Amino acid sequence: MTHIDVHSALQASTALPYHDLVTRRTGAAVRTLIEHQLAGLKDGTVAFLDFSRIGVLDRSCADEFVAKLMLPLTSDHPARDGYVVFHGVNEMHLETIESVLHAHGLALVVQFPDGAAHLVGAVSETERQLWDLVMRGPARHVEALAEAAGLPADHTRALLDSLARRRLVRHDDDTYRPLGAAA
Amino acid sequence: MTAVITVPASLDESNFESVVEQLAPLPADAKILVDARHCRFATPYGLTALLCLAQSRAERPDFAPPEDDSTASYWARSSFFRYAEELYTMRGATPRPRASGDSDVLLEVTPVAKSEDVHAIVGRIQDKATQILTTKLDLEPRATMGFAMTLSEACSNIIEHAGRGGWVMVQRYNWSKRRVGRDVVQIAVCDAGIGFRRSLEQSRARALSERWDDAIALETGVMQGVSRFGDPGRGQGLKGIRGYVHRFDGKLTVRSGTARIAPIIPEWDEDVPRRDDLAPFAGTQLQVIIPKRVPAP
Repeated sequence: MTHIDVHSALQASTALPYHDLVTRRTGAAVRTLIEHQLAGLKDGTVAFLDFSRIGVLDRSCADEFVAKLMLPLTSDHPARDGYVVFHGVNEMHLETIESVLHAHGLALVVQFPDGAAHLVGAVSETERQLWDLVMRGPARHVEALAEAAGLPADHTRALLDSLARRRLVRHDDDTYRPLGAAA
Repeated sequence: MTAVITVPASLDESNFESVVEQLAPLPADAKILVDARHCRFATPYGLTALLCLAQSRAERPDFAPPEDDSTASYWARSSFFRYAEELYTMRGATPRPRASGDSDVLLEVTPVAKSEDVHAIVGRIQDKATQILTTKLDLEPRATMGFAMTLSEACSNIIEHAGRGGWVMVQRYNWSKRRVGRDVVQIAVCDAGIGFRRSLEQSRARALSERWDDAIALETGVMQGVSRFGDPGRGQGLKGIRGYVHRFDGKLTVRSGTARIAPIIPEWDEDVPRRDDLAPFAGTQLQVIIPKRVPAP
């Protein structure tokens, strides 16, 4: 796991003492810096992006930063094998992040202050149900998850593969497990 | 020959139309004198729109400031003259701004031209306005963050789309004697740039539309969230503004070119959703009014 302080990235990328993530230009600058940081991580690493020292996050900036950071990671052929979890987001950040995720059909994992992980963004109820089952970990096979969800195995596998492609769960061999679980 | 444009005694969003109507028959390079001598009251919309007026002229206009001392003093404290002196040739004395402890001006007239300006505006509004928004408007601290977001999105639109710098101002009013019957905060974000119609000229919405004018462009941009960029993430800013204004029982109006729309009209006000065939005015002028929160019964 790697911790990335978004506030530090904001100040480093703009060279100014800002604590608000506003404007597209700022979003693009912060994204570029964090993309460089992520590119230096080992494959399979989970990067925790910490928003706890961020003030205002507006939608334009979130679109430029959050959505465009996540889009390449969730493509069919991503350039690198990495995971991103958001941490330290407040209620207003969350609302803004969810709106831009929905606009792009994206989703991501957010860890709340109580330590619990939540799935936010564009996911179906069935995908959420499966994700919740995976989060109860340890690693489980498709058949076990399908039985727990009351779904056909083929359908369950397709949904889990989609969640894995979107970097919302890990898929190793024939099992699925939470992002934060030890490899 | 100099044409005289008379500023009405009360210069708000509605009355600014009389200024625009006087300008309409004049060519852009006509010499004009904007006569505000008898003006006694101006809202953020009025003051920022007067700066846009000067920006829209090919020939540097003249400006006669208000004769009333308290009005001129307020305009000075609001930083209006600071920028007006750069755009107009002043015909008459203007007072120096004096600190007055006037807490009703939440954000003086402030230029918006680059990303750094938006950061400064958001920072200043949080420093100065949070206490007023929570104590006078009874907004939750969370709502003040939404207020700052609304400002940042509206200002960002100038940078992204207007093609030239604009202006923002925020002011609190006690409207206990008006229909709304409570305190309000007004935000005005105005520019004299290319406006919605020209900005969306290259968009897919334009190509698909049989009719194309300022009103259609405004509805396309503000209501449908269409941007000149094809990216699905564009148009989020105005959507966010609409959501915030609606949630806090506010009012939103946007004027561009020859049209004005009021996408959100609260019960405490009367207005029409759309006005066409107004006198033409450069750029885009946006106004948001957020009233004091009424506790749920």
